[in-house]
Amino acid sequence: MSVSGGPEYAATIDLDEVAVPDEPIPFDVEHIRSDFPILERRFGDWPLIYLDSANSSQKPRVVVEAMEDHYLNHNANVARAMHTLGAEATAAFESARARLAKFIGARRSEEVVFTKNASEALNLCAYTLGAKLKPGDEIVISVMEHHSNLVPWQLLAERTGATLRWFDVTDEGRLDLEGASRQGLVNERTKIVSVAYVSNVLGTVNPINQLAGIAHAVGAVLIVDASQAVPQLPVDVAALGADLVAFTGHKMVGPTGIGVLWGRYDLLVELPPFLGGGEMIEVVRMSGSTFAPPPHRFEAGTPPIAQAVGLGVAADYLSELGMEQVAAHEQEITGYALQGLAAVPGLRVLGPTEMRDRGGAVAFTMSAANGSPIHPHDVGQLLDARGIAVRGGHHCARPLHERFGIQSSTRASFYLYTTKAEIDALVDALNYTRDFFR
Amino acid sequence: MKIDELYQEIILDHYKAKHHSGLRTPYDAEVYHVNPVCGDEVRLRISLDKDVVSDVSYESAGCSISQASTSVMSDLVIGRTADEGFALHDEFLAVMQGKGEVVPDEDRLEDAVAFAGVARFPARVKCALLGWSAFKDAAIRATSGTSRKPEVEVQ
Repeated sequence: MSVSGGPEYAATIDLDEVAVPDEPIPFDVEHIRSDFPILERRFGDWPLIYLDSANSSQKPRVVVEAMEDHYLNHNANVARAMHTLGAEATAAFESARARLAKFIGARRSEEVVFTKNASEALNLCAYTLGAKLKPGDEIVISVMEHHSNLVPWQLLAERTGATLRWFDVTDEGRLDLEGASRQGLVNERTKIVSVAYVSNVLGTVNPINQLAGIAHAVGAVLIVDASQAVPQLPVDVAALGADLVAFTGHKMVGPTGIGVLWGRYDLLVELPPFLGGGEMIEVVRMSGSTFAPPPHRFEAGTPPIAQAVGLGVAADYLSELGMEQVAAHEQEITGYALQGLAAVPGLRVLGPTEMRDRGGAVAFTMSAANGSPIHPHDVGQLLDARGIAVRGGHHCARPLHERFGIQSSTRASFYLYTTKAEIDALVDALNYTRDFFR
Repeated sequence: MKIDELYQEIILDHYKAKHHSGLRTPYDAEVYHVNPVCGDEVRLRISLDKDVVSDVSYESAGCSISQASTSVMSDLVIGRTADEGFALHDEFLAVMQGKGEVVPDEDRLEDAVAFAGVARFPARVKCALLGWSAFKDAAIRATSGTSRKPEVEVQ
């Protein structure tokens, strides 16, 4: 190991060497569906209709096969095994990092940190940025955050004495930027602003460029939880204006057990370590240690190697389809669903009902003919009896539900394999549910 | 399994017209239980006349299974001793944890036998148990003469 060289190995794959398809292939939903064996499942008489992709997406065969091939033919630990398999595993892991970097428009591979999931990525932000926070400093989030972009900041505020504040939303489910401006929400005391790119409940797409301007004007760091955005929108982190961007693998046709934190390299390099352990060090002496540069500084212990391999293939799969086309399909299906749901009596959609700046998650409440609410668990149970998978509950966004004066909601969410016929079946099943609880 | 086997008529009837619903005074203990998975909640009061449960009153929000189960539970325990209530709780719990293989005693559990199908839907077992757990907790507090103060119990 070279002491002056720092890390045990570098993530030095040149992004120009990462191939990207010239022309996206034509977007054919039926063809795409044939890549996902799980979509052939039936429950009794009913085919699976999977409308829970905002929770976790399904996986195409290529992703699972790539992980299988890695485990069966190339498995070894990365960065420390001085043998051929170790070199193969390391190359596969770092190649996945480079492909992810390319996929999100990062300037260099070293800006991509692999984590366990988006929650860990956001906790990493809270711990490392939080090291300098003191009483009187302010952290700003929004009321529409998933608990993963809310609880880490609550904990940080408790640890440091900093104050947690948040953007409210309008009744339509948009970030209330005017109200925030009036009350001076983001000000000279603000050190951190952290918001979702796309709401997992409302589907709202937040104006990240504008938020970056607001945060940077007062010298605050902007963190973006892009867990719902990266799977369904073309994301270019270099143009986004954010300083740190977190997302997860399993919502973008990749495996569970891996998430990503992208950060501007000049910011990452200033941050202290998060977890301590193997692989994140430079020199360890009993009297103290020095640490590897990013990204390895933040990747203590054996990383999710096979998962990274799978995620790299997932990014390639989406690139081949073209994220512009994935986004266009999401828009078309979501617009069609909003129309269909509007025709179900007693159904109320939370969040924007027009497609401007709106993603593919539609949460709603329902009531029976006599006006009494039908609980999302009952809705979900009746839909499940017809093979339709949706999510019911607070979707890890309890404060948002409280904001709208409700306890929980039912959420249908769509992805690149969702068809209009599946939306029709959802609408039918919701009408059936309403009759059942009449 | 057909959906009608889960949502028996008895369950839907109790859901639409909950027995003993509403909070009443006086009471000997009050508890507040929530199911963090779905946010279902119940605030439940118990009133004892010596050993006998003279009233169970509650305010609750949640799915049809949790609402109906709380209604059925209140029918069963009111007028019985706390110990008899605990025994019924244990019998109902055994049915719920029986994966659909424990046959409930209709003479003892009455309308609560309608929930036997719930045991085959693991995600819904907690819904059926919410009111029963709140009753047990409240009865223990009341019989031990402890707190009147509601404390949140997360299931």
